[in-house]
Amino acid sequence: MGAVLAAGIGYWLIKNAIESPDRFLEVTLIGVTNGSIYALVALGYTLVYGIIELINFAHGDNFMLGSFQTNGIVNAGSFQIPFFPTSFVLAIPLGAAATANSSSGQKIYTILACLFFSMLFCMVINVSIERIGYKPLRDQPRLVPLITALGFSFILQDVGLIWKGAGPQPLPNILPTGTIFHWRGATYSWDDFIVIAVTIPLLVVLTYLVRRTRSGKAMRATAQDMDASSMMGINVDRTISFTFALGGALAGAAGAIYALYIGTTKFDLGFRLGLFAFTAAVLGGIGNLSGAVLGGIVLGLIQAYTEGFWDARWTTTVVFSVLIAILVFRPSGILGEQVPEGQ
Amino acid sequence: MSGEAGQQAPKASGPRATTSSWRASWRRYRREHKWLRWAIPLAIIVLAFSYPWWGLEGPLSFIFNDGLGIDNDTLFNMSVYVMLALGLNVVVGYAGLLDLGYVAFFALGAYTLGWFGSGLFSTRDIHFLDTNATRLPGIHLSFWAVVILAGAVCAFAGVLIGWPTLRLRGDYLAIVTLGFGEIIPDVFRNGDSIAGHNLTGGVRGVTQLDRPGFGDTLHNATGGILPVRYNSLELRPWFWTILVMMLITIFVNLRLRDSKLGRAWIAVREDEIAASAMGVPLMRTKLWAYAIGAIFGGFAGAVYGSFINGIFPTGFSFQISVIVLVMVIVGGMGNIWGVIAGAMLVSWLNFRGLDKIGEWINGGIPGSGNDIAIAKYKFGIFGGLLVIMMLFRPEGLIPSSRRKAEFAEGEGTATLYDVRT
Repeated sequence: MGAVLAAGIGYWLIKNAIESPDRFLEVTLIGVTNGSIYALVALGYTLVYGIIELINFAHGDNFMLGSFQTNGIVNAGSFQIPFFPTSFVLAIPLGAAATANSSSGQKIYTILACLFFSMLFCMVINVSIERIGYKPLRDQPRLVPLITALGFSFILQDVGLIWKGAGPQPLPNILPTGTIFHWRGATYSWDDFIVIAVTIPLLVVLTYLVRRTRSGKAMRATAQDMDASSMMGINVDRTISFTFALGGALAGAAGAIYALYIGTTKFDLGFRLGLFAFTAAVLGGIGNLSGAVLGGIVLGLIQAYTEGFWDARWTTTVVFSVLIAILVFRPSGILGEQVPEGQ
Repeated sequence: MSGEAGQQAPKASGPRATTSSWRASWRRYRREHKWLRWAIPLAIIVLAFSYPWWGLEGPLSFIFNDGLGIDNDTLFNMSVYVMLALGLNVVVGYAGLLDLGYVAFFALGAYTLGWFGSGLFSTRDIHFLDTNATRLPGIHLSFWAVVILAGAVCAFAGVLIGWPTLRLRGDYLAIVTLGFGEIIPDVFRNGDSIAGHNLTGGVRGVTQLDRPGFGDTLHNATGGILPVRYNSLELRPWFWTILVMMLITIFVNLRLRDSKLGRAWIAVREDEIAASAMGVPLMRTKLWAYAIGAIFGGFAGAVYGSFINGIFPTGFSFQISVIVLVMVIVGGMGNIWGVIAGAMLVSWLNFRGLDKIGEWINGGIPGSGNDIAIAKYKFGIFGGLLVIMMLFRPEGLIPSSRRKAEFAEGEGTATLYDVRT
């Protein structure tokens, strides 16, 4: 049955590609661009799931708060803390608020500041949530921290609601907009490229951290067997916090890129996008870093093809059907899952 | 009705097994006076049915109607949510399967009424014992038949979604149900042009739904007690109807809990592998839990749709699934009385309580600025409630003793919900 389905989808894609190649290319590029944002968020899910087998529902809303932070930095020119007036925050020399007409030097400075502070902000939130909510429940049945995560998701959503209000929060486009290449109807511009250009170095750094450093080794050990690694002298608590910090930083980076690229954010965007990203993580194989990236790109493509060649109204149904189908037929995902053993 | 009274489960051997003295003496008193076993439920039922006379108007209305804001609308909504919570309790509380998409069955029940009790398919002309004043175009079955049909449709959907997914481990199942709960409203939203047919009314939803009623014959036969058809002015029959359905739900819940199936659910919840080794068929047991939970969701959906006289896909969001889950968790998973209390508390907070508390704070505390819109942040509050419950009292406010013992065990590798495929 799966083969028939795959053949049908393949036929449909090839048919569209032949009928309108320029449009197909454009849709594909959109898919890859959006997919790399999904990939960043999915990495956060997969890191946390890989180590403590928890679906961190709050991750998507953390991402949303990161996008709000970026929104604030671009619009107000200063780092913000929810519930505190801007003047309360230590004056960080960000200069004036950036607009589409700012000098390119200031734009670059602002983009870097957005990335840095959003990552820091989300890192702090994620680690705090882990310390307050998940750590005391580590011994409980698996559904108990899951419900807690759901609760935190709603709390973070309302933090966003109180912070910025219910409406969509626009911000000026400060990414460069020039065209890189133009082929028939399809254009690829610099802001699309920057999304990928930020994503790939982050992935490289992350892979380096997990594969090559001592902390990464501790993470992998903890993921395999928490008790044994604690007996080997690994500080399990710190390692898990470190994992959450990494996940939070990725959510912050994704939030910053999303806000800068899409140009508007909203307090409830984290839930849907978070679930899509989780789908991506499952698609690639939960706990598997390269799997999350692959899953993110594939999901971005699925979404783009659905919206480009079928009907944008059905995106949610298609994505969640993919999620259910993957979980039912191949729960280990495309590249295979890597989760703690023996539990 | 055999309540907790007849079911003194063995005491938890955990650290919290000590009982306060007033509770012990109450237990002794209850054991010595057998008549309390039916007198207490009867008194509660009479109190509930007569609420319109003592709560909405009359002696205590200043507390309940004016003070707490439990008017006719709120009362009905609260009752619907109590039903939903009792349905979810079968799935989450008894069988231990976390269902994050319960709203799907609520929606499906409501849309069943849309299909079989409204003018949605106006080109058809099918009638069966409906109580509308004139012969309307569309499919109009008797409301009571539609309610039962809604239960059947939901049970079928529950089996359909449960059959492939129930073998997944706990957290994956939760995600699948969540996805299902997102897909169903989405399909209803986009269902106005499936292969050129309008099946769901799309974003405009379905309006002008049939109302419950007993028809002229029964109306005359009972001397005018049973109304011909319910209307939007006289809301008490609606409340009594949902109350009767709620009582049926409670009765079924109680009987199920004490049945062979109920014991199988508890066994599966506590340890799947052990249950399976003892000969409990895992899939069939879980499917039953899923289907029965779905049936109650469908009942509630049909009555609710008729009451608000309009079904819209936006009305069935993920938030509803979470609110119902909060009710079950706050009250105490697996304990009917806890779930009912939790559902009443949380649904009151949801519909009126937070508004009222906001009013009290804004009016009562000087300097609060008089503009704290607490109700706006209700999901944050419910989220906080979930976190606090999970951290400090995961067994709920009024837990069943059995559930309490399970949580008190506190084993790191407890296989409460865990099974790998």
